[in-house]
Amino acid sequence: MSDIVNSPDFSRRAWLLSDRPATRMQARLGRAYTIWSRFAENRLALIGLGIILLLIFLAIFANVLAPYSPVQGDLRNARLMPPNAAHWFGTDDQGRDILSRLVFGSRLTLFVIFLVAIIAAPVGLIIGTVSGYAGGWVDAVLMRITDIFLAFPKLVLALALVAALGPGIENAVLAIAVTSWPPYARIARAETMTFRNSDFISAVKLMGASPFRIVLRHVMPLCLSSLIVRVTLDMAGIILTAAGLGFLGLGAQPPLPEWGAMIASGRRFILDQWWVATVPGIAILIVSLGFNLLGDGLRDALDPKEAGQ
Amino acid sequence: MTIPVTPQLAGRRRARANGMAMNVLRFIVVVVTTYLGLLAVTFFIGRVIPIDPVLAVLGDRAPASVVERVREEMGLNKPLYVQFYVYVKAALSGDFGTSVLTTNPVLQDIKRAFPATLELATFGTLLGTFIGVPLGVLAAVKRNSFVDQVVRVIGLVGYSVPIFWLGLLALVVFYAKLRWVAFPGRLDVTFEYSFEPMTGLFLFDAIWQRQWDVLWDAFRHIVLPGSLLGYFSLAYISRMTRSFMLNELQQEYIVAARAKGLSETKIIWFHALRNAAVPLVTVIALSYAGLLEGSVLTETIFSWPGIGLYITNSLQNADMNAVLGGTIVIGSVFIGINLFSDLLYRTLDPRTRAR
Repeated sequence: MSDIVNSPDFSRRAWLLSDRPATRMQARLGRAYTIWSRFAENRLALIGLGIILLLIFLAIFANVLAPYSPVQGDLRNARLMPPNAAHWFGTDDQGRDILSRLVFGSRLTLFVIFLVAIIAAPVGLIIGTVSGYAGGWVDAVLMRITDIFLAFPKLVLALALVAALGPGIENAVLAIAVTSWPPYARIARAETMTFRNSDFISAVKLMGASPFRIVLRHVMPLCLSSLIVRVTLDMAGIILTAAGLGFLGLGAQPPLPEWGAMIASGRRFILDQWWVATVPGIAILIVSLGFNLLGDGLRDALDPKEAGQ
Repeated sequence: MTIPVTPQLAGRRRARANGMAMNVLRFIVVVVTTYLGLLAVTFFIGRVIPIDPVLAVLGDRAPASVVERVREEMGLNKPLYVQFYVYVKAALSGDFGTSVLTTNPVLQDIKRAFPATLELATFGTLLGTFIGVPLGVLAAVKRNSFVDQVVRVIGLVGYSVPIFWLGLLALVVFYAKLRWVAFPGRLDVTFEYSFEPMTGLFLFDAIWQRQWDVLWDAFRHIVLPGSLLGYFSLAYISRMTRSFMLNELQQEYIVAARAKGLSETKIIWFHALRNAAVPLVTVIALSYAGLLEGSVLTETIFSWPGIGLYITNSLQNADMNAVLGGTIVIGSVFIGINLFSDLLYRTLDPRTRAR
């Protein structure tokens, strides 16, 4: 008995779960530990996390991992080869190794979702918290604008935007970001409304904090967790939209190994050389599945009241 | 028996009438601002983002005199707000300019393409509703059963798979290998001269004119893209139905109905589903709007001559008038369905009515 109590494992757990944390650090670590253990119970969510970590790993070490060049092919000897020992996923019409292109393509995928997230989420967060905290006509105007953008068809608007800006992966990112911030603003506003009249905000106000400081230091951090969940759940949609734009030739331009564009270039050979278009599609499917599983798991772990819905 | 109108009651009636008027007013404000917003965005995309819209229309080889004249004609030397006013006025009267590619007025092209998109999206939504709702109900009633797992997997895959890729694979399997379906377009060329469409919804027209061979051929063309869109609608609708039904089945009136001795079938399909139907109508309307939009990629894959294909074809040819015209039309329909579903929700759910 005393063995168990004195074992380092047990005491660390007790320290983390203590309901009277001695330091702010201990409280934070304890909270992270509870969330993590709730998250880790969900096997599907762990699979999702694994997929995303693998994607990040591939992107970082693409130079080392990819057996061939992603843009330079062997036109003479290796054109449209079926999967074999030298080229696990075959080669495309330019004689390029599809596996290598997939591995390098993970960088583009991460580039797109990372940029969209760091453009769209802060915009939504600022608009939502300001709107929710200020109330009155500021709220009315900002939410009307949000609702207008929310009512737009996202893909079609992104298409028109890219058509005007010119094709390219940066413009695709911009177009997707412009169409994806409104839900974040809605969520941030809803969260802000729930605690704008609570005691701790009044206390900060009494201490003379400016509205700017209150929103930035006290309101925004509390909106973060639900925002992170929503952004993670949206990642799959962002990947699919980016791939759709790439497929239509509006995203990344050749010879960049973007997965949607790879499907488009394999479309012509789909009947005889099925692997050229099939393999990148499977990659997109797996990665967006990973984000969906991770997002579901995060939502259940961070927000137990929403779980099971 | 007449109830005497007390001052109190009269006041309440007046208040209710006022509430109604406020609601109508609010609705009008929402409609007007949303459409103005849509036009503002397309105006911005078409006129402000391109460094020189004249160049976008004429290309860079036009002589300077022509450029000057076109600039004059397009009103580009006027201030931006005047340009926007002219733009809104033209768009409201259905004037989206002329398509460079087809040399027709954009509105005329869209009128011809729209029924094709409508037919495809309707096919998909009907499929998604009639399979998705019962599936979702069963999944909610038997939690963690086989049906529940199926609904979960359908949902997960539906949210994760690229539609254009699934369409390509479906074409390979069902058209190239099995030869079960017809491709491309909406109808075989053999029927091009013998069949006079009226509404442009080919399935409907064929039934109306009793041309059964046309009906069969049109069905063989629509079944694959329609089922593909239907799958996405199914994924969304079944998942939402499940969550709404779970919510209803926890309510006390279900316990009361059981205590009354009603059969389980009646409780599930009449009592619980009836209440879940209120938010479900909104979900179905939203998925319908989503399919109108999602058809852009599907139409491209299946060479389905709808608005989506029209937009992507125009994109490839830098035909901005056509792209923006198509965007405005799809956007308008999308917004219209959104607002309509909102209105429908308010009328169906007595709790949200004006008090």
